[in-house]
Amino acid sequence: MSDLKRRNLGIVSGVPAAIGGAGQIGESTSVKDITIERHTMSVLVDNESGVLARVIGLFSGRGYNIESLTVAEVDAAQHLSRITVVTTGTPMIIEQIKNQLQRLVPVHSVTDLTVEGPSLEREMALVKVASTGDKRVEALRIADIFRARVVDATIESFVFEMTGSTEKLNAFIGLMQPLGLSDVSRTGIVAMKRGSGTE
Amino acid sequence: MATEPITGAEIIVKALIDQGVEVIFGYPGGAVLPLYDALFKQNKVRHILVRHEQAAVHAAEGYARSTGKVGVVLVTSGPGATNAVTGLTDALMDSIPIVCLTGQVPTHLIGNDAFQEADTTGITRPCTKHNYLVKSVEDLSRKVHEAFYVARSGRPGPVLLDLPKDVQQAKYEYVNHAGQRHRTYNPVQKPDRAQVEKVVELMAGAKRPIFYVGGGAVNSGPLACKMLTDFIRLTGFPCTQTLMGLGAFPASDPLSLGMVGMHGMYEANHAMHDCDVMINIGARFDDRVTGRLNAFSPGSKKIHVDIDPSSINKSVRVDLPVVGDVGHVVEEMMRIWKARQVKTDQKALAAWWDQINKWRARDCLKYKASDTIIKPQFALERLYAAVKDKDFYITTEVGQHQMWAAQFLKFDKPNRWMTSGGLGTMGYGLPAAYGVQVAHPESLVIDVAGEASIMMNIQEMATLVQYRLPVKIFIMNNKWMGMVRQWQELLHGGRYSESYSDALPDFVKLAEAFGANGLRASKVSELDDVIKEMIAIKGPVMVDVAVDEKENCFPMIPSGAPHNEMLLGPEDQAAKPVSEEGMVLV
Ligand SMILES: Cc1cc2nc3c(=O)[nH]c(=O)nc-3n(C[C@H](O)[C@H](O)[C@H](O)COP(=O)(O)OP(=O)(O)OC[C@H]3O[C@@H](n4cnc5c(N)ncnc54)[C@H](O)[C@@H]3O)c2cc1C
Ligand SMILES: Cc1ncc(C[n+]2csc(CCOP(=O)(O)OP(=O)(O)O)c2C)c(N)n1
Ligand SMILES: [Mg+2]
Repeated sequence: MSDLKRRNLGIVSGVPAAIGGAGQIGESTSVKDITIERHTMSVLVDNESGVLARVIGLFSGRGYNIESLTVAEVDAAQHLSRITVVTTGTPMIIEQIKNQLQRLVPVHSVTDLTVEGPSLEREMALVKVASTGDKRVEALRIADIFRARVVDATIESFVFEMTGSTEKLNAFIGLMQPLGLSDVSRTGIVAMKRGSGTE
Repeated sequence: MATEPITGAEIIVKALIDQGVEVIFGYPGGAVLPLYDALFKQNKVRHILVRHEQAAVHAAEGYARSTGKVGVVLVTSGPGATNAVTGLTDALMDSIPIVCLTGQVPTHLIGNDAFQEADTTGITRPCTKHNYLVKSVEDLSRKVHEAFYVARSGRPGPVLLDLPKDVQQAKYEYVNHAGQRHRTYNPVQKPDRAQVEKVVELMAGAKRPIFYVGGGAVNSGPLACKMLTDFIRLTGFPCTQTLMGLGAFPASDPLSLGMVGMHGMYEANHAMHDCDVMINIGARFDDRVTGRLNAFSPGSKKIHVDIDPSSINKSVRVDLPVVGDVGHVVEEMMRIWKARQVKTDQKALAAWWDQINKWRARDCLKYKASDTIIKPQFALERLYAAVKDKDFYITTEVGQHQMWAAQFLKFDKPNRWMTSGGLGTMGYGLPAAYGVQVAHPESLVIDVAGEASIMMNIQEMATLVQYRLPVKIFIMNNKWMGMVRQWQELLHGGRYSESYSDALPDFVKLAEAFGANGLRASKVSELDDVIKEMIAIKGPVMVDVAVDEKENCFPMIPSGAPHNEMLLGPEDQAAKPVSEEGMVLV
C-alpha cells in the first residue's frame, strides 16, 4: 500500500523502477520480459463485503504493484462495483494479474484498458494552497490556466478542485509546490473504453 | 421447493446431505453447538471426532484425494478456526476440494473482541479458494451449496463458510440450490478446438517429446487418467510425473520415466532438459520441478494443458497453452490424433528412446546395500514387495522418507498416493491416512512417516483407536530431521543446527499407551516379519523402523542447478559444490 500513499501525496508519477516481487528473472529472459509496463484495469465485481480486501490482498500477497486504485458501486440494482486499478509489471506479470483477478469468485470481468483499444483516464484532486501576497495571486492565475475551480477560500488559503489526466494533475501540483502547496487529496484513476462499446 | 422454516443448523445439515456428504471431520466448541445438535438428531452424515483441528482438514484432504469427492470439516470459532489454517493452506496449494465450516460469534458481537472471536474470513482469505461470512439465514442454503460448487469446480480448493451462532439458530426455509449456474464463477472445461489441433500438429512432428503429467490429471478423475494413459500409449512418447501426479500414468508402464524434479529420476530430468516438445498435462511448473528457471528445458516447445489460466505463463513461458479440464482436452487430442492418422517420426523416436535408455542405465536409485543396518530405501523396497499385490493406499509425512516413498513405491492407479506437495506439511500423513481409511474401510492404508513428522499430529492416534481405523504407520526412524540435516550438509558445512530428533518417545510403548499396536524393526533380519505382522494385525499399528541415520536422498538437483547436473550420490555431492545463487533458494 505504500504505493498508494505516495500516490496520494502526488509525488510519484510515471513508472517505478522496481520489478514486482513475483517471477524470477533469469539471464536468458528476453528483453520483453523485463520491460516494465503500466496497465489500467477495470474490474467489475459483486459489491459484497470483503471483495476489496480480496483484490488488495491478491496484489500485496503476490508482490504486485498498485499505482492507483479506486472503487465505487456502479449499479445499485445489481450490486455491482467497479474497481479501477493501475498497476505495473513485466508482460508476464501483467498477464498473471489479469488471470489472478479473473479467478476470484466475485469478479465478473477484468478488462485491460491499456491493451483493449483507446480509453479515457481521469482523476480528480483537491489541492490546498496556503499563501499570501504574490504567491497567492500566482496560484490563482495558474489555477485559471489549468481550469481548476476554487471550492474553498480563506484569506490565506485556497482549495482547488481539478479533474484531468494524471499528468495534468501532477503538473498542476508541481507548480503549486513553491506557491504554498499544503495538502493534496486525489481520487486515483477512473477509466473507461472510448466509443459505444461496453466492457 | 421451499419447505417449513427450520434452523440454520438444520439447513446446513440438509444441504450437506443433498451434496452427498457422508462424513465430516470435526471438533466441537461453543460457536458450533447448534450444528453439533443438528448432527446429533440425524443419522445420514457421520462425524469423525479428531484431536486437533489441523488434523480435521488433513483427514478431509485424504478423504477427498482418495475419492474425488469434496472433504468436509467442522470446527468452532477462534482457536478452532485458527488451528485449521495450516490444513486449509495445504489444501489450497495442492488443489484439494474442501468445505470447512467454522463457527463464529453471534453477528451482533462481531468486531467486539468477543470470547473466541477471530476474524476468520480475514485470516483465511489468502489460504482459501473462497470464503463466506454468512450474516443472514436467508443466504444460508444458497451459500452452502455454492461453497461445494466452488470447492470442486475449475481448479479445486478449500472453501470456508463462517457461521455466526445466531445464524445457526435463526429459522428459514431450506432450498436445494445444488446444480444452479453460478453468477460469476464458471471455469472453462472444454478446450478451444483450434488450439488442440495445433497441439496435435506440434506433437506429430516431435523428435524428442515428453509428457509431463501432474496433479491436475488426478484432479480430473480416474476416467481422465485412463484416457490419458491410452493416449500416451498411442503416441509411444515417454512420460514423467510430478510428485502430485504419481499414479496418473501407471508407474509400471515401460513408457513411464518415473518422477521428475529435485528428487526425481535421472532419466526423467535429462529427458525434460533435452526434449524438443514438452506436453504438460495438469502440472504447474513448480520450482521443485523446474530447478533454475533460465536453464529449464531450454530447447523445447512447451504445451501446457491446465484448467486455471493463472497457472499458465506464471513462471515458465509456454508456446501452446490450452485452457481446459484434462479429461476433456485429452479426449479432443485423441480424437484429432486418430482423425489425422498421425504418423510420428519413428526414426527420431527410436533414437530418443535409445538416449533415454542410456540415462536409465545409470540406475539412479541404486544405493549401498547393507546387512547390518536397515537402509531406508531397502525398507521401502520390502514394504512395496509386501503390499504391491494388495489394494493399498499410501500417505506420507514430509522429509526424506517422503521422497524415498515417491521413488520406491510404485503407483499404477491415481488417487492411491496422498502427500503434502506444495506446502510440505509435516504432520499431514497420519490424519490424511485415516481420512483415506474412512473412505476405504477394507483397504490397506499406510502412512510412511519420519520420526520427527509423526510427532506433529501424534495425538491423532486416539482418533484411530476410537474409530478402530486400521491405519499402519510405518516410521522410518533415522533420529534426524533427515531432510534438514541433508541440506545442512550440502549448504552449511555440516553444522547440524537443531536437526537432531532428541528425546524421542519409545514409539512402541507410545502406540500401546494409545491402545494401538506397536512393533519395532531394528535389524535387517527383522524387517520382513515386522512388515508382515503389521499388515496382518486388524487394528491400527505403529511400526518403528530403525533406519540408517546417515543416509541422504539421491538423486538430487541441488538448488540453483539445471536438470542435467543432478547429484547421483555422496561422491557426486563432494565434487559439485552449490553455487552462491543456489544458497538463497529453498
Ligand atoms: C520435500 C519435498 C520435495 C519435493 N520434491 C519434488 C520433486 O522432486 N518433484 C516433484 O515433482 N515435486 C516435488 N515436490 C512437490 C512440489 O513442491 C509440488 O507440490 C509439485 O511438484 C506440484 O505438482 P504439480 O505440478 O503436478 O501441480 P499440482 O500442485 O498438483 O497442481 C495441479 C495443476 O493442475 C491444474 N489442474 C487442476 N485440476 C485440473 C483439471 N481438472 N484439468 C486440468 N488442470 C487441472 C491446476 O490448476 C494446477 O496448475 C516436493 C515437495 C516436498 C515437500
Ligand atoms: C510443519 C513443518 N515444519 C517444518 C518443516 C521443515 N522440514 C522439512 S523436512 C523436515 C524434517 C522431517 O524429519 P522427519 O519427519 O524425521 O523425516 P526425515 O527427513 O528424517 O525422513 C523439516 C523440519 C516442514 N516441512 N513442516
Ligand atoms: Mg527423521
